Amino acid sequence: MPPKAALKLKQTTGAGGKGKGLRPVRDDDDGATHTEAGDQGDDWMQPKSLLKPEDQLELSEAELKEEFTRILTANNPHAPQNIVRYSFKEKQYKQISSVDQLAVHFTLDGNMLHKESDEARRQQARLEGHAEVTSSKKYRKGHSEPAASELGEPAEGSGAAEGEGAAEKPAEGAAEARDDGATPAPAKPEKLTNQFNFSERASQTYNNPYRERGTATEPPPRLNFSANVSQWEIFDAYQEDFAKQEKNKEKKVVPGRKEEDTKKKKLTAVEAQGDDISKIAKSAKIIERMVNQNTYDDIAQDFKYWEDVSDEYREQEGTLLPLWKFSYERAKKLAVTSICFSPRYKDLFAVGHGSYDFLKQTRGMVLFYTLKNPSYPEFIFSTESGVMCLDIHPEHPYLVAVGFYDGSVGVYNLTENQNAPVYLSTAKNGKHTDPVWQVRWQKDDLDNNLNFFSISSDGRVVAWTLVKNELEYYDVLKLTLEGAAQDGPDGVQLFSLGCGTCFDFHKDTDYLFLVGTEEGKLHKCSKAYSSQFLDTIDAHHMAVYKVAWNPYHPKIFITCSADWTVKIWDHNIKEPMFTFDLNSSVGDVAWAPYSSTIFAAVTADGKVHVYDLNVNKYEAICEQAVVAKKKTKLTHIGFNPSHPIIMVGDDRGYVTSLKLSPNLRKMPKAKKGQQIEQGPEVEIAKLDKILSLVREPEPAKKA
Amino acid sequence: MAEEGGEKKVVEVVKHTYPLIRHSDMQDEMRVEAMELCVTACEKFSTNNETAAKMIKETMDKKFGPSWHVVVGEGYGFEITHEVKNLIYMFFGGNVAITLWKCS
Repeated sequence: MPPKAALKLKQTTGAGGKGKGLRPVRDDDDGATHTEAGDQGDDWMQPKSLLKPEDQLELSEAELKEEFTRILTANNPHAPQNIVRYSFKEKQYKQISSVDQLAVHFTLDGNMLHKESDEARRQQARLEGHAEVTSSKKYRKGHSEPAASELGEPAEGSGAAEGEGAAEKPAEGAAEARDDGATPAPAKPEKLTNQFNFSERASQTYNNPYRERGTATEPPPRLNFSANVSQWEIFDAYQEDFAKQEKNKEKKVVPGRKEEDTKKKKLTAVEAQGDDISKIAKSAKIIERMVNQNTYDDIAQDFKYWEDVSDEYREQEGTLLPLWKFSYERAKKLAVTSICFSPRYKDLFAVGHGSYDFLKQTRGMVLFYTLKNPSYPEFIFSTESGVMCLDIHPEHPYLVAVGFYDGSVGVYNLTENQNAPVYLSTAKNGKHTDPVWQVRWQKDDLDNNLNFFSISSDGRVVAWTLVKNELEYYDVLKLTLEGAAQDGPDGVQLFSLGCGTCFDFHKDTDYLFLVGTEEGKLHKCSKAYSSQFLDTIDAHHMAVYKVAWNPYHPKIFITCSADWTVKIWDHNIKEPMFTFDLNSSVGDVAWAPYSSTIFAAVTADGKVHVYDLNVNKYEAICEQAVVAKKKTKLTHIGFNPSHPIIMVGDDRGYVTSLKLSPNLRKMPKAKKGQQIEQGPEVEIAKLDKILSLVREPEPAKKA
Repeated sequence: MAEEGGEKKVVEVVKHTYPLIRHSDMQDEMRVEAMELCVTACEKFSTNNETAAKMIKETMDKKFGPSWHVVVGEGYGFEITHEVKNLIYMFFGGNVAITLWKCS
């Protein structure tokens, strides 16, 4: 073969040279045959046509013959010649001479192995193994059942050992069935380690039995309701309702009128807080009074019927019988600062509580008691500041003017069921700067507005008018002290004001009133002049506590003072008609309403002094200590306008009622066969008769 | 008397437009609220009882939970089952009757 191939090469090269073109190269075998035949001649072969690409350069013969010399070297022309690297050895950059000249243009991995090489052997070994496997597969196809059982058995055995589930039983049974037909399989050299070689291990838990349980809630209660609506039904309903409303309104109005007109007011007004209570309030009140009547039955009997028989044997003196004692839990230790009887209800009286101690001021209270219920006040008003004085309006007995220690004045309305005053003066509208010592209602003014006066130790007498919702005020009088004007630091005259402590208005002469001061002076004043007094009397050496006109005689008045004296004056005479020394500070004095000659005074040593000028012009006809404790001071006194009893208040908050014995309310003796005359004229005459004895040395005085 | 009555009626017909509760077993608070709601709705939709009823129902559903039923009308009869303490039957405006109850 080698010589033939060499021949063929020769031929082809020769042919290529002749034809100057490309000639397709044929397969070796064919080429060999052709070459054999080619020796005989080329003519029978197909003529060779040259195919030229269209863009081939047309070259001339000379150009074609031109030689281009190419020299092949072992150097890579693209390899860089000038690589420089840093040589650490010589510590400088150095050109590298040995440049890699290798250039790889094409690589192809061969697929031929040497038979003796390791790789070849390994492959050989693998091929053999594969052949065995395939052969065993073929074998199994023939006897598939025994093979499967062979594989399955170990898995099942382990599964059965582990789980005792019922589900495995059929599988086991199947395995047994297969075992019957099982034939021993040839031992395999190794176990197959493919991913499909798994064993199934299933188990199942017990299913819990189901149980049903249910509850039903109770449905919300329901009701049936039915009605018919039509226009006339609606109309009728409105009519009915309206009628009912009207009725209610009337009902409400009727008691309201009664309250104003009759005396039921105090019963209904009390504790009308809730509907439930107000329904039984009246009956509860009656029951309460009945209980009290039973409790204090002996006192009530005394009040009505007891007359001290010993008076018959005593020529002139009389006694006081203690009756009820009024007190209220929250008013204890609050001094009684005023007592005022209701002009309409004979059994009702108001008590003001406060403190006379300048250093120890407390809250105050206004309490209304009735003789019918000594255990609990009828009305209770508590105040922040101490109450110093009060006065019940003579025509509207539900209105109470109150003066406070802080200088303010207020008006309470008993019909309004509230604890706060309906009117109250404020710092903005004329409030006094010092305690208010006395308030007194006046006749309605020209516009029929209610008004009252107040006096305070800030030296002012102020008139207050109740206009709608507020109090209007104007200063009636300023109590300037005579000769007390001092030069102020800037040469301004400073007028110091006297401290008013009490006043009283003349019953008949409307403009005339008396003012008592802390300096002991007594001013006769007129409402018309605000800057000057009609007259001034140096009445006492210490503060005047009370001044009061005689209820019968228009010229006579009485004063009491801290200088232990009580004095009776004729307002035209600067000297007192009578002077009585009571050996203690006199807190209050009051004329008896039933006689012109009788008056009573209370002193700080706890005694009540009752005088009757008609009986004794020099000494009291009764002088009696009425307090339990020695230190208790009596502060105020009040005569009941119709019953022969007096009320005395002390500085511990108690009010004691005392019955006057017959001698203390003795009327002019009835001469034999002569009719007992009564009336104011008689009283005035009686007093005048006594006074005339005193006046004798003063001829100027005209009766 | 008759004349007086007649006169009175004429006056009163004009007058009586206030809400008048004919029957209710609600608690006070709820009753007042329901009544005010009815008044508001009937005043707002004085010409359309249906929308008024719708408003009442929806508001009551919101405030007191479902399911409320309302009848607003000038003349009708009814027999209903309602949950206890959830019924109000009232007149308003002199010619409208409102029945409002809950039954869920």
